[in-house]
Amino acid sequence: MKKFISALLTFAIAFFVFSLLFESQNLFPKYGEKDLNSTVSRRYVDKSVDENRPYPETGSANIVTSIVVNYRSFDTLGEITVLFVSALGVSLLLNIGGERLKFRIKPNFILRAGVRIITGIILIVGIYIFIHGHLTPGGGFPGGAMIASSILLMYLSDDNFKEKMNTFNILEGTSGILIIVLGLIGLFVFNSFLYNFLPSGKIGELFSAGLTPILYVLIGLKVGSELSNIIGDFLSEGEKA
Amino acid sequence: MIEIISVIIGFLMILFALMAIESKKMLNSIIFLSITSLLSVVEFVIMKAPDVAITQAVIGSGLMTSLFVFTLMFMKKSGEN
Repeated sequence: MKKFISALLTFAIAFFVFSLLFESQNLFPKYGEKDLNSTVSRRYVDKSVDENRPYPETGSANIVTSIVVNYRSFDTLGEITVLFVSALGVSLLLNIGGERLKFRIKPNFILRAGVRIITGIILIVGIYIFIHGHLTPGGGFPGGAMIASSILLMYLSDDNFKEKMNTFNILEGTSGILIIVLGLIGLFVFNSFLYNFLPSGKIGELFSAGLTPILYVLIGLKVGSELSNIIGDFLSEGEKA
Repeated sequence: MIEIISVIIGFLMILFALMAIESKKMLNSIIFLSITSLLSVVEFVIMKAPDVAITQAVIGSGLMTSLFVFTLMFMKKSGEN
């Protein structure tokens, strides 16, 4: 009976969604047939990538990055704050500082040897992703999550591994303060928060797009250390020794 | 051709999501959720959104799955239901 009611509800929602999507062509045009010229996004596309212009406004080869870190960078700061507050809540609510929880299954030799090889590769790929955030897809958040997953692998393989909490706390705080300082320089000198005041070099080079790669490196470090702290807090939950 | 592939992937996503709800073992449903998010990565690549695809692959299908598996490994057995 419960399953029947849930299936009925699902079909009702599906009917409403499909009838809205297919009958009113004005609201939702077909995929790939949206006329971008008529909307505001055309402006962002024009300002980001243009090989004929020697000095484009943002200079990043990735349009998504130019929107996220240039035009909507205050929004990105808010996202980092949400992550910071959740990490703070985890470390306050869980009684940390106790013994590190141990897995019931002992890590065997193949796992330990494999993790030692793979962890470095994952770390390098994560750092590559957030350094090249303005040239290739990806950016601060996926790079930081990759760093956290390599820390997770270290926890899985080594039973006595316990990360140095202070190092990650210092890294997180320093990168957060640097983001705020860069934003305040833009606010006081150039009249807008997180203003892109560095020269936006040539499209496609590593040192281009002004402030964008610096901000992405800082965001990547902050997200990676925050997620690693959350994982460490979860795994050292328990009574105080 | 590409539309047929995307429709097949969509049906597979629905199928694996239902299997994740219905499976009796917790570990199996975590694996089915991971397969669902991996299929959504393919769907994002077909829709030409590589940024979203990378984020989904790293967070949705990598970090979340391993965190769920870790949590499951720590849980103690208390009763069979």
